[in-house]
Amino acid sequence: MSTTKFEPSPEQIKEQRLYADMGMTDAEFDLAIEKLGRIPNWTETGLFSVMWSEHCSYKKSKPVLRKFPTKGPQVLQGPGEGAGIVDIGDEQAVVFKMESHNHPSAIEPYQGAATGVGGIIRDVFSMGARPIAMLNSLRFGELKSARGKYLFEEVVAGIAGYGNCIGIPTVGGEIGFDPCYEGNPLVNAMCVGLIDHKDIQKGVAAGVGNTVMYVGAKTGRDGIHGATFSSEELTEDTEESRSAVQVGDPFMEKLLLEACLEVVKSDALVGIQDMGAAGLTSSSAEMASKAGTGVEMNLDLVPQRETNMTAYEMMLSESQERMLIVVKAGREEEIKAIFDKYDLDAVAVGRVTDDKMLRLIHNGEVVAEVLADALAEDAPVYNMPDAEPAYFAEYQAMENVEPKVVDYKETLTALLKAPTIASKEWVYDQYDYQVRTNTVVAPGSDAAVLRVRGTNKGLAMTTDCNSRYIYLDPTTGGKIAVAEAARNIVCSGGQPLAITDCLNFGNPERPEIFWQIQKSADGIAEACLALDAPVIGGNVSMYNERSGEAVYPTPTIGMVGLVKDLAHVTTQEVKAAGDVVYLIGETKTEFGGSELQKLVEGGISGKAPSIDLTVEAARQKAILEAIQAGLVQSAHDVSEGGVAVALAEKTFAANGLGLDITIPGSATTALFAESQSRFVLTVKEENAAAFEAFVKDATKIGSVTADATIKINGETGLLVEGTVEEFRSAWKGAIPCLLKSEA
Amino acid sequence: MKFAVLVFPGSNCDIDMYHAIKDELGEEVEYVWHTATSLEGFDGVLVPGGFSYGDYLRCGAMANQSNIMTALKEFAGQGKPVLGVCNGFQILTEAGLLPGALIRNKNLKFMCRTVQLKVENNNSLFTNQYEAGEVINIPIAHGEGNYYCDEETLTELKANNQIAFTYEGENPNGSLADIAGIINKEGNVLGMMPHPERAANEIVGGADGLKLFKSIVKQWREQHVNN
Repeated sequence: MSTTKFEPSPEQIKEQRLYADMGMTDAEFDLAIEKLGRIPNWTETGLFSVMWSEHCSYKKSKPVLRKFPTKGPQVLQGPGEGAGIVDIGDEQAVVFKMESHNHPSAIEPYQGAATGVGGIIRDVFSMGARPIAMLNSLRFGELKSARGKYLFEEVVAGIAGYGNCIGIPTVGGEIGFDPCYEGNPLVNAMCVGLIDHKDIQKGVAAGVGNTVMYVGAKTGRDGIHGATFSSEELTEDTEESRSAVQVGDPFMEKLLLEACLEVVKSDALVGIQDMGAAGLTSSSAEMASKAGTGVEMNLDLVPQRETNMTAYEMMLSESQERMLIVVKAGREEEIKAIFDKYDLDAVAVGRVTDDKMLRLIHNGEVVAEVLADALAEDAPVYNMPDAEPAYFAEYQAMENVEPKVVDYKETLTALLKAPTIASKEWVYDQYDYQVRTNTVVAPGSDAAVLRVRGTNKGLAMTTDCNSRYIYLDPTTGGKIAVAEAARNIVCSGGQPLAITDCLNFGNPERPEIFWQIQKSADGIAEACLALDAPVIGGNVSMYNERSGEAVYPTPTIGMVGLVKDLAHVTTQEVKAAGDVVYLIGETKTEFGGSELQKLVEGGISGKAPSIDLTVEAARQKAILEAIQAGLVQSAHDVSEGGVAVALAEKTFAANGLGLDITIPGSATTALFAESQSRFVLTVKEENAAAFEAFVKDATKIGSVTADATIKINGETGLLVEGTVEEFRSAWKGAIPCLLKSEA
Repeated sequence: MKFAVLVFPGSNCDIDMYHAIKDELGEEVEYVWHTATSLEGFDGVLVPGGFSYGDYLRCGAMANQSNIMTALKEFAGQGKPVLGVCNGFQILTEAGLLPGALIRNKNLKFMCRTVQLKVENNNSLFTNQYEAGEVINIPIAHGEGNYYCDEETLTELKANNQIAFTYEGENPNGSLADIAGIINKEGNVLGMMPHPERAANEIVGGADGLKLFKSIVKQWREQHVNN
């Protein structure tokens, strides 16, 4: 095996433990030697180190991921490919996946977020699907520090910059704010695509003798070791890792997208895969491994935008907007012609072999020769030790108590101004959420809904995760995350189909963190089964810590549902005066992790709200049936801030309407408790009886009025009264106001 | 009537224009790739929104160097209807088919929302189906939609009744004289930042934009069918 003269020799790599700088442990390096039958050279050490990073191999999370249900009659492609695929009938399917870009965004927020968007879009169109929508799930500190505001503004600008330019609407998502995300924001991007069954592609290097082609942008030195960087904690020194953050070019990706969607129509195409994390290495090794073949590539032929790049640099570069494709031998020219139309490189760089090796040639010499399976499949799998953190038992032992509230109206106003609850218009105003003109329900309602052009169907989509509940009680919180996503889909008129997840946690080497991962996965898995929404893909992001402080466990759920008829589309805002307002579900004294607790006590503690998945599933089914029967005017789930916030939100987009409500029970609990499985719906008076036949546990709590005021009465008399406008302006102005205030 | 939708690398509202014409208006429409050199056979040309050439250099500047632009200038010179929306408007100003320029929004951010427009001139081939002074709801989605021209040009635009639409109520982007869309002196080229093609169906974004396309077809029918 050749060694470039400026690179350390295999012996030096071993003796000086140079592999450690690439994130490999001694045991892992020994395993690599065993797999290879000799000491790997510099390039090969690089290949092993990125492919065996947590980001690429899931070596620490695999045992957790096995907990998830991944099958169902609707699932056409589960985890393992670029993105999962679910059948929606009529020979069409929906393709979706969510992925994190947390560490790059913490260092360089605009490009970190932008390339997160670019990467997930490539995962979807590499399956052959036309991307139709983007969502995101973001977490920041509380917008109090200058840096916190900068991260927030730049992440939003980066998502907007990439998504708007490429012309895929950003239609929804969620944003949470908590001090635990101050140094390590979370940026999770989800892409949804549409595909005809016949166009589904796979990332396989099948057919010995077929040609491996490199398409898209040229390779530079950006993002080298990005996957390794993602698999470590952030520290004060991380600023120096800026070069591991890639730079995005959405225009290039738009060209690549259109060219690839033309190429997938050609029967000359055998396989296609995004060059994402670990770039050329992961795409080539995984495509060969999945097909049971080998791949030989001549790196001299790789389009490069910098001079004198080494094999190591080319293989580990994470330059954006590139794909690796395998084409039937002899048909390269017709593929090249398609890329030529878009002025993109499409270069034959290698071929499929039968020896299962990933073999790299540079400057006429073989510079690496490793079994593709050794890289893609043989990473060690770790069963990490877990330990219940001390706080858990302490919180579980606490009684459910009401936080002290003096003035209900002031409290409601303060909750509406809490950034997690406040209007996100400042954010989505910067996203083009309409391009491609399929957006039926724009950002601001429970879930976004897009029509499926040419049919009468729609797709509802949402992202959800209340990480405070998960921190307090990961199993229960995991269940709630999935259930809440499903509630949003159901309220919009959709039937949940499946989920993608983005598991954001701290350092898994700490047993308390790994316990959070295990337990929340248990909860998610249980809810997926109960609500018939299998996991079709996702990603794991660990080491979300800044100087030893972990973020709350945040396994974000991205869910897509099918709206069978666009007539079923329902939004959250009230529709007409005189309509009856129903509260569905039982309210208990549950404030652990609630917005009210955070507001009043300055922190969170106690038990997370309880959830019974059997009740949840039955209730969602009943409500969806009532919606499908045309009996529901508006629907909204009760989440952060409780019934009072849900009611207020129902008036904000309704012109001139108000609410007159009477709720029973202790006022603080009735207004602000965050008990689960609850909904607020409005129904036309003449449909009230029919509705109650569908939804048996619905309680009438008042009516929609024409006076644009919100009036909530309790057992003891009037609790809250104010104009819709005063509540709306508090809610709408909160985030712009926080951004303008002095740090 | 047969429309062409020009497609530049980076155009992304081309599909919306195409479907507004085909599905909502029921007229013929074809995409024309930027390398084409002729617009023969088309009765109207639509220059769609998006980010042609990634907005690199300056919005619309690179697209203006495309092959198709020579044909487009010729087409416009023959008095045939040309509509540029959003990036299409920017391209038309770069091409000199419309006066002025589009600069960054006053808040320096991209903005996507539905705004109210006032129909200032309902006497054009693009607006004859609207009432004078009618207020319509049309979505905007742009980062550089702040219309600017010198005083002399503005006086001329007003004198010739070339201002087709103005923002009603709040001016979202800081445009001079609240200008949302202008017509050339000859009356056959309209450029506007708001997206009428996104408001062509009640289920997505309303239907107030449809009358604009109907206006074009009506004028064309009167000229061609009645002759």
